[in-house]
Amino acid sequence: MLDFYNIDSLLSEEERAVRDSVRRFVDDNVLPVIGECYVEGRFPKEIVPGLAELGVFGANLPEEYGCAGLNNVAYGLIMQELERGDSGVRSFASVQGALVMYPIYAFGSEDQKRHYLPKMASGEIIGCFGLTEPDYGSNPAGMITMAREQPDGSWVLNGAKMWITNGSTAKVAIVWAKTNDDKDQRSIRGFIVPTSSKGFRAKDQKGKLSLRASDTSELVLEDVRVPADALLPKSGGLKSPLMCLTQARYGISWGALGAAMACFEEASSYAKTRIMFDRPIGGFQLQQLRLAEMLTEIVKGQLLCVQLGRLKDRGEFTPQQVSLAKRNNVSIATDIARETRRLLGANGILAEYAAMRHMANLESVYTYEGTHDVHTLILGQSVTGLNAFGA
Amino acid sequence: MPNVLAFAETRGGDLRKVALESVTAARKLADTQGGEVHAMLVGAPGIGARADQLGRHGADVVLVLEHPALAQHSAEVAAATVAARVKASGYDAVIFSASAQGKDLAPRVAAKLGVPMGSDVLAFQRTGGGIEVKHAGYASKVIHTLMLTASPAVLSVRPGAIPPAESPKSGRVEAVQAAMDPGSAKVVVKEMVPGRAGRPDLGEAPVIVSGGRGLRAAENFRLVEELADAFGNAAVGCTRAVADDGWRPQSDQIGQTGRTVSPRLYIAVGISGAIQHLAGMRTAKTIVAVNRDKEAPIFKVADYGIVGDALEVVPVLTAAVREAKKGH
Amino acid sequence: MKIAVCIKRVPDMESRFRITGDGKSVDEAGLKFDMSDFDGYAVEVALQMTEKLGQGEVVVVSLGPDAVQEALRKALSMGVARAIHLKTDRVPVDGFAIATALAAELRSGGYDLIMFGKHAMDSMNGVVGAMTAELLGLPNVNSVSKLEVAGGKGTARRELEGGAEILEFPLPAVVTIDEGIARPRYPSLKGIMAAKKKPLESKPVQLIAPRLEPTRTELPPERQGGRIIGEGVAAVPDLIRLLQTEAKVL
Repeated sequence: MLDFYNIDSLLSEEERAVRDSVRRFVDDNVLPVIGECYVEGRFPKEIVPGLAELGVFGANLPEEYGCAGLNNVAYGLIMQELERGDSGVRSFASVQGALVMYPIYAFGSEDQKRHYLPKMASGEIIGCFGLTEPDYGSNPAGMITMAREQPDGSWVLNGAKMWITNGSTAKVAIVWAKTNDDKDQRSIRGFIVPTSSKGFRAKDQKGKLSLRASDTSELVLEDVRVPADALLPKSGGLKSPLMCLTQARYGISWGALGAAMACFEEASSYAKTRIMFDRPIGGFQLQQLRLAEMLTEIVKGQLLCVQLGRLKDRGEFTPQQVSLAKRNNVSIATDIARETRRLLGANGILAEYAAMRHMANLESVYTYEGTHDVHTLILGQSVTGLNAFGA
Repeated sequence: MPNVLAFAETRGGDLRKVALESVTAARKLADTQGGEVHAMLVGAPGIGARADQLGRHGADVVLVLEHPALAQHSAEVAAATVAARVKASGYDAVIFSASAQGKDLAPRVAAKLGVPMGSDVLAFQRTGGGIEVKHAGYASKVIHTLMLTASPAVLSVRPGAIPPAESPKSGRVEAVQAAMDPGSAKVVVKEMVPGRAGRPDLGEAPVIVSGGRGLRAAENFRLVEELADAFGNAAVGCTRAVADDGWRPQSDQIGQTGRTVSPRLYIAVGISGAIQHLAGMRTAKTIVAVNRDKEAPIFKVADYGIVGDALEVVPVLTAAVREAKKGH
Repeated sequence: MKIAVCIKRVPDMESRFRITGDGKSVDEAGLKFDMSDFDGYAVEVALQMTEKLGQGEVVVVSLGPDAVQEALRKALSMGVARAIHLKTDRVPVDGFAIATALAAELRSGGYDLIMFGKHAMDSMNGVVGAMTAELLGLPNVNSVSKLEVAGGKGTARRELEGGAEILEFPLPAVVTIDEGIARPRYPSLKGIMAAKKKPLESKPVQLIAPRLEPTRTELPPERQGGRIIGEGVAAVPDLIRLLQTEAKVL
């Protein structure tokens, strides 16, 4: 990959080594099968043990819990390389690391951390994150999943969650539910719910035209009883799941760049070898314009990510900064994927080429983890101090 | 001493072609200084009968070491004997082939003599300061010119780089003793594994038919073998991908980490032309490629390309080659 | 079981190489570097051996300027226990000079096995392993495609033209590694983090004066390829004709 601004010089030797290891893994294990998986609509779960052994899950969580203990720039590079393979593969890792392991790490008891984190790092326990509901996506505060405390300290959960990555293969679900009444968002708490619990059902959502190499499910909880120690004790209010989302969105900012880079490489390579009118199409001005735009946005996106990662490592970053990066990088990635698709001509509609798969995937990435529009308003509020959410 | 020592490689009691190349190379070097060529021949009793072939190719003297234990090549014994001879008699240069055996022997001898060496040289010439050699580097993507100023100059010469040439000299036989007791060699050959019968080695075959992932399944390599058979004198190679997948033995692999070949004709079937592979065959005289994907990089280096499914094209090509050969 | 693996840091061979202004060598500016391919196989073989035995230590050694520490750290991140950096200004082309320095370091290490890749991908000479063995007076087997070690003895397979030989030898010994024996593991992310804490000793060494030196480096002439003569089986008669009349190889 062309490193036009020598971003490598901003990375430490370790960070580059992490990136190179994951890149090799993706080249050897994901790229050969992902086109087929996408067409078939299946997640390549055979790569999960390899990913776990590599140390990808919860890579930025501490070594004492069986994790790699990497810094946030290295974590970001992992997401970049996974999504260079496929957004569905990166989503799997984002969910496991940022949305399942992170909440246990941030809001869990020491027992919960010691019990779950090492097994999640090793891939033995796969989790999913239950926040979004059929009628509550951009507005998670409105959720109606309820958790009622019982006299013996256990909890009974009722509700439905939707668009849950890993839902049908997960062993546990981190379910967010209101514990008071359905209007009280301050009563939102997190629960570690074994998916084998009586009353818990997960159903794959069919008919997806995006993120096809990913498991996306509906979760239904009908009087699901969990013991007292299923509650994440330090969780409380909407802030808790939002903190998890901030972690995931940070990774996605890097991930989107990976998809953009994969498309740009495909576009440049094709442009240099595809002959039309007796010369490579890369010699025509309109294609050069495409390539120049792609390169420019990728470089800008890379610099954004590196700085964001350094801020995060210094403990200085804010969710609004993450909003800016997620919004920008996903948006430019969707453009780059589309323009690559167009540059490839008819070949660009084939699964043999990555562009259209990335293009379709990125539409989901545009929408999930805070839609583009939601992040627009987060930034708007940050600049003006005025809430334009319409609530 | 302007004399040059050449090691004459044998196998199974016969001289290998590279032995004649080494003597020819030694003759070339010795002639620049009016020196003699001494060829060393090591083997079981009776190997000395090969001396006159060496004489015909330029050896003034053939040093013959015969010993029952040396029916099997021993690098230790050969290296010790060559080094002892060089130390005793003084030579200007010592030449080996860069064959598997030669590449194994030459550095041992050089180290015993306390000198560096010119390895796998493509060409050499004597200059004022020493011997100037040409050598491929960086996965064969560059050619280095190097000056070897040590004395003696130890060289291993790439097989095929110096074709054997007759230059009859006396080939006077001189019996020599092993410099060490062959029975005391630490490394022992337990078994010789014969190669696949009926095919020349990749390093010697004038024609190579090579297959890659485009053949889709291991069984389809049958088509590659049939095409090689049609040529009659062809070897079969493969890419790293199919060797890694176990379709073909690793020893058939041509590429950066496999064999480097330079046949007159290289036919790449179902091979995309990754840089890894090109590193091993880019110096072939004529390259033909058959691949379904017209954007495949192999077509950039191929002299003649056919865009098509290997499974369809190769059988037709095989039949056509058989016809063409019949006509001769 | 103590194994030393000698490794070399070389440029990525997928790069497009340029020649320096003085025409002597390859321009290293902007190139990415890594452990040479065969050296990676040797490290992998060494690690697999100690893992199978359940005991032992693998040590990596590399000669060159400070930059070679990157390759040493990569080996550490694969699981090697410690690294030794023999520090010199540059890596000479003269393999005997390298072997002399390596032998001096390895002599007192008490190694059961000393391994090298069969040749470095950049210099492609394949002499340092055998020369080091000679200087150490150790049994030597080169370009092995299979290797097993048990009870103080080793068994190795070497590919020859049109066949192979199986050899037996006592330890300690020096072995150089060919293709087909192992693919190097990816450094795991934990391995990369752990590498930082493993011992890496750097010691300056003096090299003997080189007697093999580059005077010129050139790119070979570009092949003029690119001629597609046709599609499918219909193109076969034309190919035969061209091979007979133009290329004259049939």
